Amino acid sequence: MNSRERVLGRVRRALADVTPQDRPYEEAVPRDYLREHGELTVRQTVELLAENLADYRAIVHRADGEELPLLVTRLLAERGAREVLVPPGLPPEWLPAAGPVRIHDRAADTPQRLDRVDSVVTGCAVAIAETGTIVLDGSPDQGRRRISLVPDHHICVVRVPEQVVSSVPQALERLDPTRPLTWISGPSATSDIELDRVEGVHGPRTLEVILLGRPLSA
Amino acid sequence: MTGTYLGMPAFPKAAADAVHNPTLRGNLRHATHTIRAKRAKAVGELSDWAELREAGRRIKDHTLRHLDRYLLQLEESVTAAGGTVHWAADADEANRIVARLVKETGESEVVKVKSMATQEIGLNEALEAEGIRAYETDLAELIVQLCKDRPSHILVPAIHRNRGEIRDIFRAEMGEWGRPTPEDLTDAPAELAEAARLHLREKFLRAKVGISGANFMVAETGTLVVVESEGNGRMCLTLPETLISVVGIEKVVPAWRDLEVFLQTLPRSSTAERMNPYTSMWTGTTDEDGPRTFHLVLLDNGRTDTLADRVGRQALRCIRCSACLNVCPVYERAGGHAYGSVYPGPIGAILSPQLRGTASEIDASLPYASSLCGACYEVCPVAIDIPEVLVHLRERVVEGGPAVREGNRVVLRPAKGHAAERAAMRAARWAFSHPGALRAGQRLASRTRRLHPRTLPGPGRAWSGTRDLPAVPPEPFRDWWQRTRGGKDGAR
Ligand code: SF4
Repeated sequence: MNSRERVLGRVRRALADVTPQDRPYEEAVPRDYLREHGELTVRQTVELLAENLADYRAIVHRADGEELPLLVTRLLAERGAREVLVPPGLPPEWLPAAGPVRIHDRAADTPQRLDRVDSVVTGCAVAIAETGTIVLDGSPDQGRRRISLVPDHHICVVRVPEQVVSSVPQALERLDPTRPLTWISGPSATSDIELDRVEGVHGPRTLEVILLGRPLSA
Repeated sequence: MTGTYLGMPAFPKAAADAVHNPTLRGNLRHATHTIRAKRAKAVGELSDWAELREAGRRIKDHTLRHLDRYLLQLEESVTAAGGTVHWAADADEANRIVARLVKETGESEVVKVKSMATQEIGLNEALEAEGIRAYETDLAELIVQLCKDRPSHILVPAIHRNRGEIRDIFRAEMGEWGRPTPEDLTDAPAELAEAARLHLREKFLRAKVGISGANFMVAETGTLVVVESEGNGRMCLTLPETLISVVGIEKVVPAWRDLEVFLQTLPRSSTAERMNPYTSMWTGTTDEDGPRTFHLVLLDNGRTDTLADRVGRQALRCIRCSACLNVCPVYERAGGHAYGSVYPGPIGAILSPQLRGTASEIDASLPYASSLCGACYEVCPVAIDIPEVLVHLRERVVEGGPAVREGNRVVLRPAKGHAAERAAMRAARWAFSHPGALRAGQRLASRTRRLHPRTLPGPGRAWSGTRDLPAVPPEPFRDWWQRTRGGKDGAR
């Protein structure tokens, strides 16, 4: 008998008390928890996102389409970035015409090569207001998982309000499980030494989130 | 299950030592109280916490009740997504599988993201014996590994170490394992974290094989989920060419949608955050993004034996948030090492004796490592009734009875060394049902209290050897009551 059969056999014997009439999944799990917490307007939801991102030490900026390349230029300059990594499908108008050297992520690049890049600019798949989380799903404007991991400075552009949801349940509904997903809430952090919080252990030390869109009324 | 911690003293002895270690007690007190207060606030933000907790409990219970079906579904979806599934009945088998998979890559080094399952099976030691070096990459695990220590907390495994000690460990050991620390390293946490960053980055960038556990596996989609803070998880899950995940069979959930419950309850219960900094989800392999080869090792190692116990099986609902440790008055004083297992605190007290059986002295003593105050049950995000399981296991230790070990039905004999407890319990029962004798006994005890020994003579010695006998009050309660309140109230 191989181990697969052995383990499955043990499971079945262990569950001899469970009858075939046991309640099916749909009935067994009550879903009376909330789909979102509180009734917020679209504008309030975006505000909550900004607040919770900042609370977890991400730096939040706002810009409309025209201001965006200037803002990105300034943020890169502030970090002294000489090279900026861009995923293949990043909208070209997000970046300034001049400025740091653009490195296009290619599969052939070694991790060591990525490690020499200062900053990365990506889009995102969805952002969650209640938790202050951005989710990347590897779409062309976000690139491979490693590019938002190895460089020390990550600028992430969130289109508001389209890409913002209130809650975790709403985010999961929008995401495709077959894609590799990275949920990011604030920069990398540890509290392993006497519970003192230190930012930037292995992931980027600095996370800047740009909320892209026109100011919302009401 | 491998005897990873051979020679471990039973809980009462280990706890007695820990109680006299002021550094440990101070650190633990600070840590547990800090996390506890933060957690209450994070949980308070969700008005539907009770509903989420109930849903979490039901999802896990339902999955456990149909575990065979969900494991098969998981196997199918992981395979369809490009992964390979292996089954391991026990620790040795899991270790053999992982060692073989690493050797097939031709590598002799692996990077690891913190995983309780691999600690449980002693994977690092098993790989070492095969000439493979496993580097722990979580900061706390790195500290523990460098000084050949053991983790003492689920979430903050090196909480028993101070910053000064950590600096000394880094200075002395990092050079042995790779990049040494800078000469002028101080004990500031930011500097220590930076030293770890540089030391480990070298390993991440060249690693060809990564090893992980997982917090959840989704049967419907074949998705695995790892929840972490530092980014070392992301490094191990995406940079290597081969990824091997060793996961207990109880970590499966039926549907994608179920994550909406646990991704709300887990971070708030464990690190007291709205969301932990990083969560990675992957489904098999993806072209040119992340590992090209993915292996999932499904681990039993006592889990099916636990499943066979109708009272005890609820321990398998555990999502390892560590909330129960932080509220436990016994853990706070005894420390994580006293539990003699990778699973410390209240959950360890019910999980270890079920996974390993109660044959050893430490495992037989674990169900007693609790005051049954019930705080652990209150905070548990999947509502495991830890006190109920503790009492159930105590009964099994003391009385013996039917159980399942390694898939076989057995009848356990009462554990050795607990004869005194049995005698004491019987004596107590007799005394309580004979009030006259109790009264007389108490009076006698009071009058002779100065003559009382610190330990019990005869068969009671084993029992009192690890416990301080309660001091007998100068006057029996009944006498005191009569003398003070009794007369006034006219109560007898
Ligand atoms: S038993 Fe409950 S509270 Fe304790 S670690 Fe497991 S899930 Fe958390």
